[in-house]
Amino acid sequence: MSAFFTKSMARNVFYGGTLFSVLLFLALTFHTNQRISRRIPTETPSPEVARGKHLWETRNCVGCHTILGEGAYFAPELGNVYKRRGPAFIKVWIQAQPTKVPGRRQMPQFHFTDQQLDDLVAFLKWTSEIDTENWPPNIEG
Amino acid sequence: MQLHYQSQAVAKPYFIAAIALFVGQILFGLILGLQYVIGDFLFPAIPFNVARMVHTNLLIVWLLFGFMGAAYYLVPEETETELHSPLLAHVLFWIFLIAGALTVVGYLAVPYATLAEMTGNDILQTMGREFLEQPLPTKLGIVVVALAFLYNIGMTILKGRKTAISMILLMGLVGLAVLFLFAFYNPSNLVKDKYFWWWVVHLWVEGVWELILGAILGFVLLKITGVDREVIEKWLYVIITLTLVSGIIGTGHHYYWIGTPGYWQWWGSIFSALEPIPFFAMTVFCFNMVNRRRRQHPNKAATLWALGTGVMAFLGAGVWGFLHTLAPINYYTHGSQITAAHGHMAFYGAYAMVVMTIISYAMPILRGREANPERAQVLEMWSFWLMTVSMVFITLFLTAAGILQVWLQRVIPNPQAFMQVQDQLALFYWMRWLSGIVFFIGLVVYIYSFFTKDKLQTVEVGTVQPAAT
Repeated sequence: MSAFFTKSMARNVFYGGTLFSVLLFLALTFHTNQRISRRIPTETPSPEVARGKHLWETRNCVGCHTILGEGAYFAPELGNVYKRRGPAFIKVWIQAQPTKVPGRRQMPQFHFTDQQLDDLVAFLKWTSEIDTENWPPNIEG
Repeated sequence: MQLHYQSQAVAKPYFIAAIALFVGQILFGLILGLQYVIGDFLFPAIPFNVARMVHTNLLIVWLLFGFMGAAYYLVPEETETELHSPLLAHVLFWIFLIAGALTVVGYLAVPYATLAEMTGNDILQTMGREFLEQPLPTKLGIVVVALAFLYNIGMTILKGRKTAISMILLMGLVGLAVLFLFAFYNPSNLVKDKYFWWWVVHLWVEGVWELILGAILGFVLLKITGVDREVIEKWLYVIITLTLVSGIIGTGHHYYWIGTPGYWQWWGSIFSALEPIPFFAMTVFCFNMVNRRRRQHPNKAATLWALGTGVMAFLGAGVWGFLHTLAPINYYTHGSQITAAHGHMAFYGAYAMVVMTIISYAMPILRGREANPERAQVLEMWSFWLMTVSMVFITLFLTAAGILQVWLQRVIPNPQAFMQVQDQLALFYWMRWLSGIVFFIGLVVYIYSFFTKDKLQTVEVGTVQPAAT
């Protein structure tokens, strides 16, 4: 990198390369957002699913669990928990927390109503039906 | 030694706050590390999710304090003019510090759902997503502080000399502020939520933050090596070109398994496989500049931090990122302790270390001397090695845990359940925690080095030896 490659050339390559990358990324983003609707169970999530997602967020579930592999790695993956455990188990499990077994990881008690439990399950069911390219590799998540 | 520009002094409280919050981050990290092996430790007072929010949010905030301090220090010197408004910088400091402190108190004092209710999350639902857990007022506060900060820095650059270093820094900071706006977009469609969530998270740390990193590193190298500015700035442009060309489409490595089309496995794998290249270029850049130095700068500790950043950013972000970025590998490692291992060394190696690089260089000057006394520097270098080596071990233990986790839970014919696997990783989690304790000791030594003075050379009266005859 001597005289034949000057700072202003480097700067131009930077602006050109960045602009190209941004435009390509925007084009891919546009295409992807067209396609997402075909890869999810319902194009617009139902009110139950939306409420369930809101509960998921306001209880900071992602602070311990992963969902589709994203979140904290302290507690099990929940993207496919609907398929792994089923709706009844999920509700009973949430209601039984914390287990208070000495030395074991503990989940807080959230005092959900039946309606809220249904919403949360609806959200987890919807999530479990997203086309994730067959991830996770098996039911254990 | 005098400051070139008096307004550079506003950087000092930013650096002090950064270090103080860093201590908080590590203390909460130690709580988390212990909760991995003693599950009910501090439950229900500080559940894991709360401690983790504090740990990651403090990290982001102290790095932002570091970046802002760096900008306030280097922009006047680069532009050869006083900062547009030192008063604004002081006011923003207190606003940001108080907002940050209130947020952490909120996390710790009330249940998260209550915090969400109290702070108007129902007006605009933005909370409860990883790293973006802040209540709405905090998020709005971040936007206000960022805009006012950019105004201050922008006006300074506008009236002064426009160097590549300051322009690259400004581009990075503008990108940081603009991309943060996606934190306010949270559709009920989880896939779209995740898609644009990465525009904040990935495009920050594997995009615009690297511009800030490059600018800070370039500035410090320029000062301590005395190498020609043209050479340094040319290198910088090459590095940030490689960064953005690989990193922007490289966002695709997060779009493999979240409901986005399968073609991202190709785009993501190919482009993110290139992401180590800019980090490698940065390593070569650091060593090259130091080898070609035209002066012996008395601040050896700052030189060590700069070289360390080059090496550790490459290892943590480059090598440990590459380790699990290819789609067929990521299929097994996604969302495991492998990710945690990469996250720890990448954040420390790239961002924590570059902030400590600029603090190491600038703080002595802000305190009226070119470099710290010898003893202080020796201690600072000890803290460098303690923190860096223990972070390497944290990463190695988490990697070992991750490999075992992936094997037991996802590879073998009879995969085991999550918690059953976690129990078998306890040994590695304990060793990670002990490495964390060493890291904390390193941090204590680091802080202690700021208060170290040279021993006075004393000569007792009456013991003066007669000159040899």
